[in-house]
Amino acid sequence: MTLPIIVQVDSVTKTYLVSAGVFKGKRKLQAVNGVSFSVEKGTVIGLVGESGCGKSTLAKIILGLEDANKGEVLIDGMRITPSHRHEISRRIQPVFQDPYSSLNPRKTVKSIISLPLRVHKLGGRKDWNRKVEEIMDVVGLPRRLMYNYPNQLSGGQRQRVAIARALIMNPDVVVCDEPTSSLDVSVQAQILNLLIDLRKEFGLTYILISHNLAVVEHLASRVAVMYLGRIVEEAETGELFKRPRHPYTKALLASVLTPQPRLRLPDTHLGVAYPNPIDPPSGCTFHPRCPKANELCMTDAPEPKLERGRLLECHFPEGAEKEEA
Amino acid sequence: MKSILKVKGLHVEIPLAAGPLNAVRDVGFEMKRGETVALVGESGCGKSLTALSLMDLLPRSAKRRAEVLLFNEQDLLKTSEREMADIRGNQMAMVFQEPMTSLNPCYTIGDQLEEAFMQHRKASRSETRKRAVQFLDRVGITAATSRLRQYPHQLSGGLRQRVMIAMALMCGPSLMIADEPTTALDVTIQAQILSLLASLQKEFEMGLILITHDLGIVARMADRVIVMYCGQVVETGSAVDLFENPLHPYTRGLLDCIPVLGKTKPGEHLGSIPGLVPTPIGELVGCSFYNRCSSSRPECAVELIEVKEISPGRSYRCLLSPDVCFRERGGEATR
Repeated sequence: MTLPIIVQVDSVTKTYLVSAGVFKGKRKLQAVNGVSFSVEKGTVIGLVGESGCGKSTLAKIILGLEDANKGEVLIDGMRITPSHRHEISRRIQPVFQDPYSSLNPRKTVKSIISLPLRVHKLGGRKDWNRKVEEIMDVVGLPRRLMYNYPNQLSGGQRQRVAIARALIMNPDVVVCDEPTSSLDVSVQAQILNLLIDLRKEFGLTYILISHNLAVVEHLASRVAVMYLGRIVEEAETGELFKRPRHPYTKALLASVLTPQPRLRLPDTHLGVAYPNPIDPPSGCTFHPRCPKANELCMTDAPEPKLERGRLLECHFPEGAEKEEA
Repeated sequence: MKSILKVKGLHVEIPLAAGPLNAVRDVGFEMKRGETVALVGESGCGKSLTALSLMDLLPRSAKRRAEVLLFNEQDLLKTSEREMADIRGNQMAMVFQEPMTSLNPCYTIGDQLEEAFMQHRKASRSETRKRAVQFLDRVGITAATSRLRQYPHQLSGGLRQRVMIAMALMCGPSLMIADEPTTALDVTIQAQILSLLASLQKEFEMGLILITHDLGIVARMADRVIVMYCGQVVETGSAVDLFENPLHPYTRGLLDCIPVLGKTKPGEHLGSIPGLVPTPIGELVGCSFYNRCSSSRPECAVELIEVKEISPGRSYRCLLSPDVCFRERGGEATR
């Protein structure tokens, strides 16, 4: 069974001009470099990678908050650009990382949640009240909090407000940028459970950005691993976590600290620090940190290869030797 | 091995308009040289205040009282501010949570690294500089000499955290307190920084108090774990015991909450602890976990819950025996 594709990202490139110094003019920073992927309706795609790999920039482009230099993003076949952000925002809504800074401290919960309705002029004052109450029930916020201010809420409640605000427009796609990383573990579990339930109930599609791989494994159906603005490996979640083929994916997985006290700290072999995106390494951008790199990797960037539903960019993927033998 | 820290009956109170906030209640533990003890708990459970009260760095309004507070055979309850200043940064060092805010942006890395050593050891500038370079090298910062002239904003998060660690090590402390040393960092860098801490700890035979809410870090780093809830110690034990056979319902709840790579079933509901952490204001009776516990009894709300010690270093604070509440949760006897 194939599901209809709801989000299609087609070779999106975003370059920022960064000042290199007072008299040195501007230099190019390729935040996102030719990224393509598509998301089927009702599924969850996880974007993982270290900070600076471009995952948040990509989210901004998908939300229409930034314009891509090249390539395009299609939501349900409709091309998005910042110029018709208004229409796009009915279909796609964000939930941001830090509920302490993403909610206006001077507005009440009701006014925060109903803002999308007011912006889009949907219904009248009475409808707004009813809808806000409904959506607060859905996300598990007590109705008595309607006229409270964000500073009177706990972290988990704030994140629920942010989710309610995203859902009130009945969007198809929700972009969750690190939805739980600023929350305590017991609250994180509550929010993750809520996201799982909401997806089933409303048939939502999530684009989940997180550096917590356990969270991604738990929620996502497909995972894309980003490195320096490129997707280096993309596969179905179970496949990717069981058999990582890109050395970077492998290192990322190895550095996750699972609560197993008998295992001590892992050695990731990622000796060198994350490269400066203004001055990316030649060839395969991962080669300075890769244990398997040779001369070919230093000069030639690997072509993306697609095999058995897995996208991979590497000259010497893991497990290749076994297949040949 | 020699004990370097002994804490007994530690209380921290913050007077508020609504009554005293009992941020830390009756915390006690002991540490040996070279040991890693993790303080785990959710925000507001008093783990950071416990650490700050050891260093006597509590906010001005907070009041500390304790029965015993011994550090390297010095009674910290009787030391003057001046003596404390000699201990801080010298024998006892702290690595703070956010390397972005805990380094002074107006001074170079070098100035900040060298200050404590020159202050405490009355060393000459050249001697200090040599030591600073040596320690920056030791924490894995390349081109250390030129780094000394840089300002904090010129370094990345991982490098800044390394500088913080080098700073804490400068005087060769016997106890290091690391408050969420890696929360602001990427997973790959987190693993590097933690391995670095572990190897340095071994090398210098330091005691390490690790404060974190990340159970993954605790499992991989700690020798012993102290679980705190609402200002109280609810369970202590070795890392292996605590993770494989948790005794307190809160510890179990915490372990059920986290998705574990390759273990939890994707898309399934995670266990969660309903409700919120109560604020410990005013007179407190009964178990503070009472309103969130799935096997609570009426008597839990009124009785004084004592710590039960089942073997040296392994204890929990619960009225019920662990088997009873585990059966009620429908789980197997051991994880």
